[in-house]
Amino acid sequence: MNAPTCTPRSKDEMARRVAADIPDGAYVNLGIGMPTLVANHIPAGRDVILHSENGILGMGPAPAAGLEDMDLINAGKQPVTLRPGGAFFHHADSFAMMRGGHLDICVLGAFQVSARGDLANWSTGEAGAIPAVGGAMDLATGARQTWVMMDLLTKQGQSKLVAQCSYPLTGIACVKRIYGDLATLDCTPEGLRLVDVVPGLTPDTLAALIGLPLLPPARA
Amino acid sequence: MIDKTADTLAEALGPVADGATVLIGGFGTAGIPTALIDGLIAQGARELTVVNNNAGNGETGLAALLKAGRVRKIICSFPRQADSQVFDALYRAGRIELELVPQGNLAERLRAAGAGIGAFFTPTGYGTALALAPDGTPKETRIINGRGHVLEQPIHGDIALVKAERGDRWGNLTYRMAARNFGPVMATAARHTVATVHELVELGGLDPEAIVTPGIFVSRLVCIPRETHA
Repeated sequence: MNAPTCTPRSKDEMARRVAADIPDGAYVNLGIGMPTLVANHIPAGRDVILHSENGILGMGPAPAAGLEDMDLINAGKQPVTLRPGGAFFHHADSFAMMRGGHLDICVLGAFQVSARGDLANWSTGEAGAIPAVGGAMDLATGARQTWVMMDLLTKQGQSKLVAQCSYPLTGIACVKRIYGDLATLDCTPEGLRLVDVVPGLTPDTLAALIGLPLLPPARA
Repeated sequence: MIDKTADTLAEALGPVADGATVLIGGFGTAGIPTALIDGLIAQGARELTVVNNNAGNGETGLAALLKAGRVRKIICSFPRQADSQVFDALYRAGRIELELVPQGNLAERLRAAGAGIGAFFTPTGYGTALALAPDGTPKETRIINGRGHVLEQPIHGDIALVKAERGDRWGNLTYRMAARNFGPVMATAARHTVATVHELVELGGLDPEAIVTPGIFVSRLVCIPRETHA
């Protein structure tokens, strides 16, 4: 089924939507891939401290060409910078920040998210594929809030929001909110709750696209 | 007089037995102790179990050790990368064993080894395929305060290879930026810890408030000036 009358959010629009919800003073870990775009859209005047699993707090943007230092890289192994006030620490401390509940928010990509917030984002379980998990399980389990940023449908049109994940799990009931190209949704024990939807798409059409019932938005 | 400095990599490494467990610092190429790995290749130990966050990048460092056929098993969190072709080929050919560990469990299992902890319960990985032991049996679990936890075992090294920045003859170490990563944790978790530093200073030359790895955790260190080995 298509939704011809609506325009999905672009990656940058999704990143802007995520960034708008990050409060001033938050400690945030942005996952590899699309979530790294969120850093470009933090509203001016909001002090958000970025954590990188390889031992950085106060991570800054990519350096200017020629100033790259390969001792200062992010989780995706790309060169970054350190903001004034930033700090370095070893891996056990870095993951204590996650597991210990000190990070306010992590934003991750996903293959699948279940209506109650189970996350699958590290393996498709395909035969012959080489598995890699990195810090995904630690983040999903440890951050106070885990947000997912993803297109809601695969390129083949299948819903990535599911009643039950078919891919190997990263964490159980850990996702609080999904920022999608078509809508923003909360995962609750009762199922998915609509937060917002792009113009031109009705809640009923969205529910049909993802094949799951939606709870109406909470009253503000 | 305590002088842990060694003139050569071979002297610093000492004997490494076949089948040893080797903890290798580094995250990607940041903090990877390339010179010590080259020394280990020259030393010749085989059937090694290697612990690193990754499984080698490009053709140098850990990838070179894999390519030399010295590694029986790798314990890591993130083997698959754009430039992990050496590991990928060995894995697909069934010539290397992989124990995949969530990155924080890897760090904490090393920390536990260094700190004398018998084992620990962690929520990370509970209910997932990584809550299985290498032989496929479920790891012990427990519900603590309503939350599922998995019992994880420490990882002890026979030897740890660490790339640091500055050091003194007592083995005190500082690191450089995010090249620190696993180094300080691995240094505590092995019976024999060997570090390279880019600069060797006199005792007292390191700010005691800024020493990251106290020398008690370090067995030997070798100075490799930055000019000759980045």
